[in-house]
Parts: sequence; structure tokens; C-alpha cells
Amino acid sequence: MNKGRGLYIYAIAYLVFLYAPIILLPLFAFNDSTLIAFPLSGFTLQWFRELTTIEALHSAVQTSLFIAIMTAIFATLLGICAARASTKYHFPLKGGIMGLIMLPLVLPEIIVAVSLLVVVVQILDFPLSAWTVIAAHTLICTPFCIAILNSSFGNLDASLEEAAVDLGETPLSTFRLIILPLVLPGIIASLLISFTISLDEFIIAFFLTGNDPTLPVYIWGLFRFPQRVPVVMALGTILVAASVILLIIAEYFRRRGVARAGKRDTGGFL
Amino acid sequence: MKDTSVRRPIIELSGIQKYYGDYHALRNLSLDIGEGEFFSLLGPSGCGKTTLLRTIAGFEEPSAGSLLIDGQNMRGVPANKRPTNMVFQSYAIFPHFSVAENVGFGLRRSSMSSSEKATAVKEALHMVGLDGFGGRAAHALSGGQRQRVALARALILKPKVLLLDEPLSALDKKLREQMQGELRRLQRQVGITFILVTHDQEEALIMSDRIAVMFDGVIAQLASPQELYRRPATRRVADFIGVMNFLPATVSPDGGTPSVEVAGLGRAEIAPDQIMGAPPAGAAEAGIRPEMLSILFDGETTHERVAEGLVEDVIYYGDMTYYEVGLDGAPGNVTISMKNRAGRPVLDRGARTRVSWDPRALVVFPPVGV
Repeated sequence: MNKGRGLYIYAIAYLVFLYAPIILLPLFAFNDSTLIAFPLSGFTLQWFRELTTIEALHSAVQTSLFIAIMTAIFATLLGICAARASTKYHFPLKGGIMGLIMLPLVLPEIIVAVSLLVVVVQILDFPLSAWTVIAAHTLICTPFCIAILNSSFGNLDASLEEAAVDLGETPLSTFRLIILPLVLPGIIASLLISFTISLDEFIIAFFLTGNDPTLPVYIWGLFRFPQRVPVVMALGTILVAASVILLIIAEYFRRRGVARAGKRDTGGFL
Repeated sequence: MKDTSVRRPIIELSGIQKYYGDYHALRNLSLDIGEGEFFSLLGPSGCGKTTLLRTIAGFEEPSAGSLLIDGQNMRGVPANKRPTNMVFQSYAIFPHFSVAENVGFGLRRSSMSSSEKATAVKEALHMVGLDGFGGRAAHALSGGQRQRVALARALILKPKVLLLDEPLSALDKKLREQMQGELRRLQRQVGITFILVTHDQEEALIMSDRIAVMFDGVIAQLASPQELYRRPATRRVADFIGVMNFLPATVSPDGGTPSVEVAGLGRAEIAPDQIMGAPPAGAAEAGIRPEMLSILFDGETTHERVAEGLVEDVIYYGDMTYYEVGLDGAPGNVTISMKNRAGRPVLDRGARTRVSWDPRALVVFPPVGV
């Protein structure tokens, strides 16, 4: 019993550590003062109103959304191809090739950022733009997508595909009618994960972004002006709310997918 | 015994070879399977039976040899263009479709109207005893029901050949026995050639018109169930199909009729068709089934030959009793199965007993190690 209570206290402390800083965001976002300090001085929506008037912020959000959406699509498409190949076929050096593809998962981002900058600017002589960030984000997101999709494709019974072909479908229509619907929850999860990673990635975006900064790069810039900090808090509050909503949507689709496939629920986010 | 020689061949395999790298999975197989036949490919795992089935289905391309289905050469014809359908070991029911959508899946590309398709689905479900199940979700089905859906889904296209890959192995014993009877009935009803892959010799015996026993990518024997059981071509086939007692023996050509001296049983004249590849003279090994040996209880008489021995062990099964008997002059024990009947005693361990047998039940193989 005592041992159980100790673990219980540990769990509570863990959650407080995890979430207390995040709870500060909405607290100061609605606080009527430019100083980030207690005691709170009053309720205001001023910082949110201010958010709507900053042109540069709007364009940063747009840039980030564009980059995140494109990255999610590219990384997931590449992930589908790789996961399909690694679960269905055997080929020489498969282990080595898959290992190299998964390597960016553990490479320090600063190294990736610097070497990409050298390649893009010095060797290829490309102008930096949203597209250079998209390319770099696709590189770091693809391993995550493969990890997610590998388990989706790996859980598929290979004879489902053969059964569809046996019943007259071509390999292409089989992919559309059988495989795609069954791995769809995995694809949605992959899109959401890569979208999220790209959206808040800072180091690579900082190095490779052109004249249009992404949202994290813009926020970093804002901290040079102390009077802007409450606005950042308001922005943070919106981002946290959006993340929670996104997570709930993802979990809804995942559970629906599990129910539809008639499998036992073994995990998930919530 | 059913005569199958008059059937028109629907499947003609000749010189089929299959290599996976260095591994020789199918070794020069030639085989005809008749129209409307219930044919089984029987063998231990890894013998090539599933590879052969998948070759017929079009999931594997043979490395050499030719495959004709209904006279058409199948080289280069993909699985979706072949007049075969398959029931998979895992059933491969599409989990995101309803039962009706699963069963009707093969009709997607047909020119039938949707009401004709609905009727066909209904009929197919009726055929496998699943009336009214069309609207159910596929994942809400039991193992036996999934099996039936898989059957209906494969049969709705009226294939020339239905391929069944260990379809009953996932079911419990009772359900399996019930489905064996139903599969047989279904096959007679639709008249389509069924090719069953199984490692269960009893299942193959119960269901098939003919059985091909395969070991190591080669057909060891191709015969009707009765012939396979009574006259197994090799010791390995005899060992795989049911139980067989083996005793050392010596064959001697005695004019026209060969005779054999069997350890523990004595000398007997045998017909030439009882000699399965054994040399016409010299050391051999005689096989006899447990039910072909009988305990001769006190006071009973017989016209059969009689041997003597010591009861070493008794296993009582309720309907049957199995005796392990050490025959005088023979190494090891033989197994004897006796039906339990009113007034028939069960012998004790250590009892002396007489054993009756008929020479016609013997099969003679080459000695071990040859």
C-alpha cells in the first residue's frame, strides 16, 4: 500500500512538472500586464487582439502551415513507398538500406542543418526559400513516417492482398480497395506526426529559411522585444489548444480504424 | 473404390520445377487432376504442397514445366485472370467490408446488374448455410463462419477449380469434423474440382477422391484413399498415413508365388502387389496395420494365422483398446487395436496372448537403410 502511494505521488509530481509550464501560457496570455510575473494584474483580451494586427506574424503562420502541409504529404508518400517495400519484398542489403533511411532520426539536427545549408547554398547554389525548408523537413520527418507506417503495413495479412487479386482485381485496384483503407489510420497518424514535427521545428528552419521566416523562427525573433512577450503567450495558448484538438481528431480516427478492422485496441494516444 | 480414370483432366502439370535460390521446392512434378474431382495434396510442412497450390493459383511462377488449366497454358497468366479461386488458410476475410460485400467482391468486375449481384450473393450465402448474414460486419464472425464466408466468396465466381489451403486447420476438432462433411457435400453439389492442401492424413482420407502424398517436393504416391492406406508405396508413406507396425522379414521367391518369413508372425505366401519395391529375395521389412492384428481371447477360434506374444501395455480408449504386444521371436512391440464389445475382456499387462492375422494384410518394403 505504502509502495503504491509512493508511486502515486511520483506520477502526480511527474504530471505537474510536465504541464505546469504549459498552464502558465494561458495564464499570462489573459493577464493585463506586459510583465511576465506574479501576481496577475487583471483579465484582458488585448494580446489576442494584437495578434490579429501583426502582418509579419500572419505571413509566418502561413509559411509554416504551407511548409508543414507539404512536408507531411511528401514524407508520408515516401514513407508509404518505403514501408511497403520493406514489409512486402526481400532484397539484398535491405537491412542496411532501411538503417540508412532511419538514420536522420538520431542525427543531431544542427549537423543536418549545417550540412544542408552548405549543400544548398555552396554546392547547388539554390536560393533559400520555403522549398529548401520543406526538403529538409521531409528528410527528418520521413523516418518517423516509416516507423508508423511500417507497423500498419506489417499488421496487414498478406493473403488479404492475394485474395483480392485471386478474385479478379489488378494489383493497383487491390491497393486502392484493400490495402489503402486498412492502412488509412496509419497514414493519418503519419500525416499528423510529420505535420506537427515540421510546424515546430526550429534549428533547420532557422538555417534554411529565406526571407519568409517560419513561425518558430518568428517567435524566436519576437523575444528581442520584451513588450511582445505577452503576445507570444497568446500565440502559444492558441497553438496548445490547436494541438489538443488535433490530437483528439487523430485519436478519433485511430479508434474508428481499430473498430472497423475488428481488432483489439492496443494503445494509441489517449 | 471410385474409378477416376475416366475423368477429363482439368489441370495438367508436367515437369514442374520450382527453385527458391538454391532451394529446390518442386522437383519435376507431373500430375493430372480430373474435372469434378476432390483432390488432396497431403504431406508434412515444407514438402511443397502449398507451393504447388500457389503455382496453380498463379501466385508463384514455376521455374520450369508447363501448367494447363482446362487446356489453356497458364504461363504468364496472372492470378486475377485464372479460372481458379482460393480459400486461404487465414480465410483472408476483408475486415472493412460486410459479409455481403466480401462474398460479392469477385463480382465487382462482372457485367451483372446490382440486383443480379445481390441475388448471387444471397444464393452463395445460402449454399454455405449463412442465410441472413449478409449485413453483418466481417469481424463479428466466428471462425467457422469466416470459413463459410471465404468459401462463398470463392465459389460465387463459379471457378473451374477451387483451391483450399489448409482451410480447416484453424478450427477446433468438432467444428473441423463437421466442416469436413460439409465441404464434401458442397463439392458434390457444385461439381467443381476441389484441390485441398492438408497435413492431416485423416482429413485427406475422409474427403478425397484421390490423394497425392508429397515429400521433399516429390509426389511419393498418387492413389485413392483406400489404396493409399492398404498399399502404401513406401515405408515413409506408410508411416505418414495412419499407424503401421514394422517387423523384420525375409523374402524368398518360391516358384511363381513369393513368400515372406516375418519375425514373430511366421512364413506366409503373399501376392506380388504386396511387395512395395522390396527385392524379390533377401532381407526386407514387413508392415501390418494395428487393426489387421487381433487378440485371440480364450475360447475363440479363427481361420486366420495365429502367433503368440506377451502383453506389454494396455491403453483403454473407451470405444477401443490398444495393446502393445511383444511377439515371440520379434524385436520390439506391435500395436494391436481391438474394438471393445460386450463380453469381451480387456487383458492385463503381462498376460500371454494369441494374436491372429491374415497374410493379405501384409505389405513388404525394402529393409531400412536401403
